[in-house]
Amino acid sequence: MHITRAKLTAFVPYMLILAVITILPMTGNDYRALIGTRAAIYWILIAGLNLIVGYAGQLAIGYVALFALGSYTASILAAGTVTPEIPPALALLAGAGVGAVFGVVVGLPALRLRTFYFAMSTLGFATIVTQVALGWQNVTGGGIGLSGPSLPAPFDTAWGLYWLCVGLAVVFTLITANVAASRFGRALIATRDAEVAAEACGISKPQLLVSVFLFAGAAAGLAGGLFASLQTYITPDAFTFDLSLLFFISVLIGGRGSILGPLLGTILLTLLPEIAAPLAAWSTFVYAGLLLLIVLAMPGGIAALLDRESRKALPSGRAIVPQHDALQELLGGKRLQQRLQMSGILLKFGELRAIDGLDLSVEPGEVHGLIGPNGSGKTTTLNVISGYYRPQEGSLTLGGETLPAAKPVKRAARGICRTFQTPRIIGEETALENVMIGGTLAGRASFVEALLALPRARADERQIKATAMGALRAVGLDSLADIRADRLQHSELRFLEIARALMLHPRLLLLDEPAAGLSVQEILRLGALIKAISREGVAVLLVEHHADLIFDVCDRVTVLNLGRVLAHGTPAEIRVHKEVVSAYLGA
Amino acid sequence: MLYSIIASGLAVGAVYALIGITYNTMFATSRVMSFTAGQLGMLGGVLGSMFILRLGLPMVVGLLATLIVCALIGVLTEFVAVRPVLKSLEQHLYVLSTLAFALLIQQVTAIEWSTEPQPFPRLFGIGEGIWDEKYWLPVATCAVTIIGLEYLYRRTLIGRAFLAVAEDNFAARALGLPERNLRVASYALAAVVGGLAGFSGGELLLAFFANGPQLNFYGFIPVALGGLGNNRGAVIGGLALGLFQQSANFAVGGIFASVAVFVMFIIILLAAPQGLFGSGTARRV
Repeated sequence: MHITRAKLTAFVPYMLILAVITILPMTGNDYRALIGTRAAIYWILIAGLNLIVGYAGQLAIGYVALFALGSYTASILAAGTVTPEIPPALALLAGAGVGAVFGVVVGLPALRLRTFYFAMSTLGFATIVTQVALGWQNVTGGGIGLSGPSLPAPFDTAWGLYWLCVGLAVVFTLITANVAASRFGRALIATRDAEVAAEACGISKPQLLVSVFLFAGAAAGLAGGLFASLQTYITPDAFTFDLSLLFFISVLIGGRGSILGPLLGTILLTLLPEIAAPLAAWSTFVYAGLLLLIVLAMPGGIAALLDRESRKALPSGRAIVPQHDALQELLGGKRLQQRLQMSGILLKFGELRAIDGLDLSVEPGEVHGLIGPNGSGKTTTLNVISGYYRPQEGSLTLGGETLPAAKPVKRAARGICRTFQTPRIIGEETALENVMIGGTLAGRASFVEALLALPRARADERQIKATAMGALRAVGLDSLADIRADRLQHSELRFLEIARALMLHPRLLLLDEPAAGLSVQEILRLGALIKAISREGVAVLLVEHHADLIFDVCDRVTVLNLGRVLAHGTPAEIRVHKEVVSAYLGA
Repeated sequence: MLYSIIASGLAVGAVYALIGITYNTMFATSRVMSFTAGQLGMLGGVLGSMFILRLGLPMVVGLLATLIVCALIGVLTEFVAVRPVLKSLEQHLYVLSTLAFALLIQQVTAIEWSTEPQPFPRLFGIGEGIWDEKYWLPVATCAVTIIGLEYLYRRTLIGRAFLAVAEDNFAARALGLPERNLRVASYALAAVVGGLAGFSGGELLLAFFANGPQLNFYGFIPVALGGLGNNRGAVIGGLALGLFQQSANFAVGGIFASVAVFVMFIIILLAAPQGLFGSGTARRV
């Protein structure tokens, strides 16, 4: 494998942290062991939380609750006052299990609702856990508390426990980095920044979030159990909302979509009370002020400060040159060719007939143009095909099979891919990573395999990456593969969306005004690209306002007006169609 | 027993409903759910106790002073925690900025006031048993607030301007409405409602800095129940929640009552994500 200098420098901070970890025990100062162990325990939780907050963008503000649950579960089981006594190691695992289960329960609102509901449910859960810990005296010991699990040798000394926690922290760093670098990590970011596009690529947000909630909950529960061991004695006071803030702010201060940033954030915030001891009474105030400051002044966090790569200048005067052979390589070979058939589609919004009895068929290997004045139902037609709207009447089939209505996430697997009127791109990811989003469904390894970076997960990555490079070459953006998408020009984003849509070898490609905002030269290249895609056996439905492009590349054209078909035929027929000319094209 | 459950249920329910209205009023003009809602309720109690008991002001003056301070905090919220993040509403940064601001309020209160619950003055000294003022005062305040808001929204120009901004702030701005000032005004109004909630419920909840997060959560449930921005839904939801919580309190005891409420909250969110009286989802593509 070729290791670049950039990759090498990326490892330097981790090496430094590892060096500090190894040197620390040589000082022999037990108090330092305590601080180091605490930082490691916090990081185990925060590493999991980072996937939720930093990657999926879900604002889990009450994770101290899961930490407390893990703590109490491990302590109660190990103490054996309520249940038969259980070995401490198993008790810790049980804490992780309880954390995982409640991680999902608390996360349920996030699966369907906007993130504020999730923030609220975690906050509510945090208040309840403390109340129960205080009130359920015969189990939790109430305000008096109970002793934590005492681990067997060699983990029964300060430095023994230190090595255990640091070891686990390293493991959690590695496995969250594995997830982050896998198709699951990219999909999480996609649901955060481009939810609709993620859905169109077949990414099921609920499924993805449940896996991550299980993992992060388990991490929090395990961390809680270790914390109980470290404290040797726990009371509800140990789990204040302050701690939750510390977890949460560590991620934010570190920056979204980064592992190193939150790791540094964790170390920083764990050390902060040691340095600023006189401020102890104001700790919440400091954390809250810090939070406000980050949000208002540096939303990118530490990671953005470290990211020098994205401040380099881009080559100017670059051109998008689609490469035909790459396209053939990408889409070539014998593939299933299927025809899209819509008949009698009726879609009403209230009394408004947005689509009024539409018949349309798109043949494989052909470019089908859909034109019409604004409000004639072009984009609405695309949205019916991609499953966003449920038509009241009519049938919709691809290759003779009915497409279920109102199930947008199921479309990609059926071979339907699309682009959007305003490109839906993840600005913080590179062009290549954006295209790789399109290949999410092509992966075969499970979430657990991705966690451990097992061979199948690595094979997935190699294959998705190779396909994505091919797709970038096919649309002519390969020279920009490693550039963050928010630095690309508008026209480049349009081609990027096409590359993403090609990742799954679509049978039907829906293009929603791909030429909007492009230069004349770019439109010509786009036209040639669209035509070339269709000649590989893909059925292409093209919604466009540029009449020249439509007449250049389409094999058939349908003209809509007020949700009905005004005319239908070859470009030559449409160009001279009387009503079309008077209603739309102009004399 | 039944009557006392109903009396205390309606009373805390009315407080929750008022906090729900506080959320809604801020949401209407800014599309922001602000974590300061519960803190305003907490401040209503703390400030009331401070002005009347500690400083010995007459009740009416104390109430006015409480509401004025709350209104100022509402305006401050808009300037500090809402306006700077409105540009990127879809990133939900407001969750963080309003949470941070709410925590600042809470911590200052804890340090400058007290970390222990402090008594709230008995305002009128009317009624006893289930007719005690601590039960009917929040309910009456809730009723008066609703009537006042209805009057404001339906009969006054500024109220209609609020509705216009809530409906479509781009169109409202195009019509020449001072959208920004209206938003600031709505934050002040919301803060007054939140302050009233805490003040009227002061005898029940006491002047306690930790009431903030509790009210944040329990005041949000009526909003989730009734649908975002729906005040009538919030009132019905709030009263229902109060009754449910107090019955659960009686049936299974305090700690498990909060567990029951949380479970109900999750179930409702899953079964009726738009709330029981809410409207459909917005266009996404």
